[in-house]
Amino acid sequence: MIRMIVHRLLIGVFVMWGAASLIFLVVRAAPGDPATVLLGPDATRSQLDQLHASLGLDRPLGAQYLSYLGDVCRLDFGESHWLGRPAMGAVLDRLPATIDLTVTATVIAVIVGLTLGMLAGARPGGLLDRVVSACTIALQSFPTFWIGIMLVLVFALTLRLLPSSGVGSPQHLVLPAVTLSFPFVAIIARLTRTSLAETMRESYIQTARSKGLTERQVLFGHALRNSLIPVVTVVGVQVGALVGGAVIVENVFAWPGLGSLVVEAVANRDYTVVQGATLLIAGIVVVLNLMADLLVAQLDPRIRTGAV
Amino acid sequence: MTPAGAGTARENGAGKTAPATDGPILRIDDLVVELPGPHGTRTRVVDGVSFDVPRATTVGLIGESGSGKTMTAHAVLGLPPEGATLSGRLLWHGEDLLAADPARRRAVRGREIAMIFQDPLAALNPTQRIARQIGEVPRRDRLPRAEVNRRVVELLDRVGVPEPERRMRAYPHELSGGLRQRAMIAMALAGSPALLLADEPTTALDVTVQSRILRLLADIQAADGLAMLLVSHDLRVVSHVGERVVVMYAGRVCERGPARDVLRRPAHPYTAALVRSVPAVRTRTALADPLPGAPATPANRPAGCAFHPRCPMARARCRAEVPEVREVAPGRWSACHFAEEVPGS
Repeated sequence: MIRMIVHRLLIGVFVMWGAASLIFLVVRAAPGDPATVLLGPDATRSQLDQLHASLGLDRPLGAQYLSYLGDVCRLDFGESHWLGRPAMGAVLDRLPATIDLTVTATVIAVIVGLTLGMLAGARPGGLLDRVVSACTIALQSFPTFWIGIMLVLVFALTLRLLPSSGVGSPQHLVLPAVTLSFPFVAIIARLTRTSLAETMRESYIQTARSKGLTERQVLFGHALRNSLIPVVTVVGVQVGALVGGAVIVENVFAWPGLGSLVVEAVANRDYTVVQGATLLIAGIVVVLNLMADLLVAQLDPRIRTGAV
Repeated sequence: MTPAGAGTARENGAGKTAPATDGPILRIDDLVVELPGPHGTRTRVVDGVSFDVPRATTVGLIGESGSGKTMTAHAVLGLPPEGATLSGRLLWHGEDLLAADPARRRAVRGREIAMIFQDPLAALNPTQRIARQIGEVPRRDRLPRAEVNRRVVELLDRVGVPEPERRMRAYPHELSGGLRQRAMIAMALAGSPALLLADEPTTALDVTVQSRILRLLADIQAADGLAMLLVSHDLRVVSHVGERVVVMYAGRVCERGPARDVLRRPAHPYTAALVRSVPAVRTRTALADPLPGAPATPANRPAGCAFHPRCPMARARCRAEVPEVREVAPGRWSACHFAEEVPGS
């Protein structure tokens, strides 16, 4: 168990390094120059050179990369010239809003997805199964921004039940969280359905039936926990993807989270904020995956004892 | 083990239609199981099977894969595959289980009729400690927790699991194959059943463990006066513990009778071929005679006697007419037109 955690953390360090390197290259490969954006189109050549030097952008790429990695290791994520403050400070200011959004979306997705998946998987091929399958395919097929716009049209503009954008009250959270949860609901429902249907074909389910249990007792006493093992792993990975998906949803709903910050930072060619936000998200994903692995080990004694 | 003489005596007694009071504990009467086949067809995987399981007796049910032996056991348990249709009668203490409602069938399962499955690793829930699984029936019967635990320890001790207080806390994957099957047997005994269905209980085990598990089953059966239906493809398994045998082929009964008599002087050419196909290790008669040809499957069962394409005695009548199961000698039943001509082995 301890060995598994240490192993996972070591892998996590490599993941973080990979993410840091990748985003370093990507922001620099993208067209545009932070100095031009900061100084405007009328800046002179010498003004631009001066700013390049103060941002360290005049040095060779390799040297920039090494000093960037060194800074990151010291938890120094640089100064944002666009915002005029430490980049990580700006990122952390936006984090709570994104956490509100993704946690709410995750809770919705887990509750709705598990319920739908269980209903469908308990009787594969039944009417409920077919209805749920059709719904989940639809949920997964529509792009998030389109779902968001449609929900705004119906619930904000037509029915006037909920605010269309912004923050301030729990009602503001509903539409963006629901929008963000939709594809996630579909993933969880489909996976739960498949996993449960597979589990119900296991020999030990037949054994449970041979003890004279009712189908409900078999489902809750023997099938459900075991069928959740693959679901937990995927949820851990997908919550990370959800933080990424939040970028689009936050922009549709003007939600002041990490996603909208990153979009603005990219528009302003602010390398430090983009890098800081990416590293933070990567860190969150690593931690979530570790938590998912621990939860799986809790659910499956074979993994628990196998790793010790 | 019960002496063979007692088994024969019981067999002879039950052969004459006994009054309902001390009749067999289970009477399978013209059982038909049909499964959905391709293009809306129905395949008869069990075709008119009849035999009795007397009280406190072990009946061996022998056949190759596809003979319908496992399907018969699952039908008795009331857990046929999805889409299966059953007809005939399953008389349990005279009560027809096929006509019983689902709640009654559930009440019988685990408490009156219990099953031991083939592969204990697959048949035990990997995420639950064996104590929880063994104690499930008593727990569901609202026995207090301490009482359930006491019973689990007692059962594990009974089936020869050493250090039961410690082992009861193990997960299935932490036990050896033999201990797992012992745990499985303890689980089947937990509801104090009157009939044990053992479906290939030793097939998934090491050879050295097989005989110990068989001995355990025979001991428990004798000590508790249980009835046991032992399903196996292995003639040796059945000859060790069975007092009576039922031989099945392609969904039908070929032959039934007292184990010793059937195996010594088969009254059906299929049984004779089965007996000849078992290598006799001790006498070192080098190679056994393998059965010629491939087993018939219920999906394409030959006309007439299903065994005729592989039968050395087959004649024109065998290709045309399905043989009835008839009494060929006292207590001996065979489904061969020419049972009297089968050479004794």
